[in-house]
Amino acid sequence: MNLCYPARVPHIASGRSVSNPQIARHAAVVRITHWLTVIAFLILLITGGEIVISHPRFYLGEVGNVTTTPLFTLPIPASRDTVPTGYGYVMPDQNGWSRDLHFEAGWLLVFTGLVYGVFGLWSGHFRRDLLPSRSQWRLTALWAVVARYLRRAPAAAEDARSYNPLQRIAYLKVIFILFPLVIWTGLAMSPGFTSAMPIAVSALGGRQTARTLHFFVSGALVLFLVVHVAMVIHAGFRSRMRAMITGRVTSPEEAA
Amino acid sequence: MKPISRRKLITGGLATTAGLVGVGAAATLIRRAGLVPPDCRGPYGPGETLTYAAQRILTRHSMAREFSRDMISKTPFANEIAPPTDLFKAHQEKGFSDWRLTVGGMVARPGSFSLSDLKSMPMRSQITEVACEEGWSYIAEWIGTPLYEVLHEVGPLSEAKYLAYFSTDPNWWESIDLTDAMHPQTCLTWGMNDGDLPVPFGGPLRMRIPRQLGYKSVKFITHIELADTLKGLGKRLGYIEQDYAYSWYAGM
Repeated sequence: MNLCYPARVPHIASGRSVSNPQIARHAAVVRITHWLTVIAFLILLITGGEIVISHPRFYLGEVGNVTTTPLFTLPIPASRDTVPTGYGYVMPDQNGWSRDLHFEAGWLLVFTGLVYGVFGLWSGHFRRDLLPSRSQWRLTALWAVVARYLRRAPAAAEDARSYNPLQRIAYLKVIFILFPLVIWTGLAMSPGFTSAMPIAVSALGGRQTARTLHFFVSGALVLFLVVHVAMVIHAGFRSRMRAMITGRVTSPEEAA
Repeated sequence: MKPISRRKLITGGLATTAGLVGVGAAATLIRRAGLVPPDCRGPYGPGETLTYAAQRILTRHSMAREFSRDMISKTPFANEIAPPTDLFKAHQEKGFSDWRLTVGGMVARPGSFSLSDLKSMPMRSQITEVACEEGWSYIAEWIGTPLYEVLHEVGPLSEAKYLAYFSTDPNWWESIDLTDAMHPQTCLTWGMNDGDLPVPFGGPLRMRIPRQLGYKSVKFITHIELADTLKGLGKRLGYIEQDYAYSWYAGM
């Protein structure tokens, strides 16, 4: 298997007619790490939700418990009868296996991220595919993409082969800001980790601030996921899914 | 499909063998280095092992965060669990003067300690956070006898790898490795915020392990047992939280 970035030049897949050439789109490493991230993220989301249910109150600073004033409370029942929620109902407690699976999926996310990060730097994937080019940074270029989205016009043909500047900015934000932040704020809640690296939690302003940030960064990642899937459907679910699974797009008719 | 060449077959075979030998050697090494937790099997085993091994390497000499006196929570949350038994109430009426901590198992000199015996040993006061796995937390000053002082009295045998500690409630107990048992912040705690440790917070004697989450800090400690395996101790793996599928190692 060719793990490196596929050839830049369009090439003709064997056994296909010349009129229907296939263009290499996503490298194998990008595809594998993408789907591993999907698996890890969905597990983290579900188990994270289960963990939050045991104490759906959020605080700022170092400490927070049912005797202190919360920053906000989620309007849901809790899985513990010690938490006053206003509901006369206690949800089933799923905290045990949820925590185990949350950290296991966390490890999967970290290892996947390491492989992707090393590959992205080494292969030039970040520089070539994700960093907007000088021309893409121009306001007119950015506005052209925004205007196309606002008109709800079909995706541009070149979007099948490379990311437009708005996509690049969104992906860079997720890869280099949101995922590192969600891992950091998660580790800042670990009493073992913070014993070795106290600055991980003190820089955030305390354990409860870390927990609240973890919740909001996760929310931002969910927001990205929703928009990402909506845009995939808008651009053509089958062609985009095929590109992320097989690594190829059919050009030019189907690609648009 | 193209037939596989002899050269590919030989190099592939050698690489696979080398890989398997490498994985086997690595497994033996991490086991010898004490980086494998007792709950390393089952669907969550890989995650538990990675967390435990990573933190054992990272936190070998680390200290849980300690706070200044003005950070002490005005309203700590006791999270009272089991209502005291009649036996406990009898102890409470006598001011816990008959309360004993027995230490047995793989030790040279099994012992029994009263609260005043413990208080006559070198003590430690620390302002640390109790962080519950549910998400809430509070800070208090905890005063107690470091567990290693008690272990020094009884002399753990070299085979001992785990330390189990038991509450008055027969269904409530926990266990840790000897690294955490010998850690200076692991304390048999009898005081809180300049007073005796109140019963709702685990008085008269609570195990405090500030580098792990709250569920490891078992209240009403009466017995300690050292062992080379957790298998013989009580149900399943030898710690009550297994019934709730909680991780044995709670540093995460």
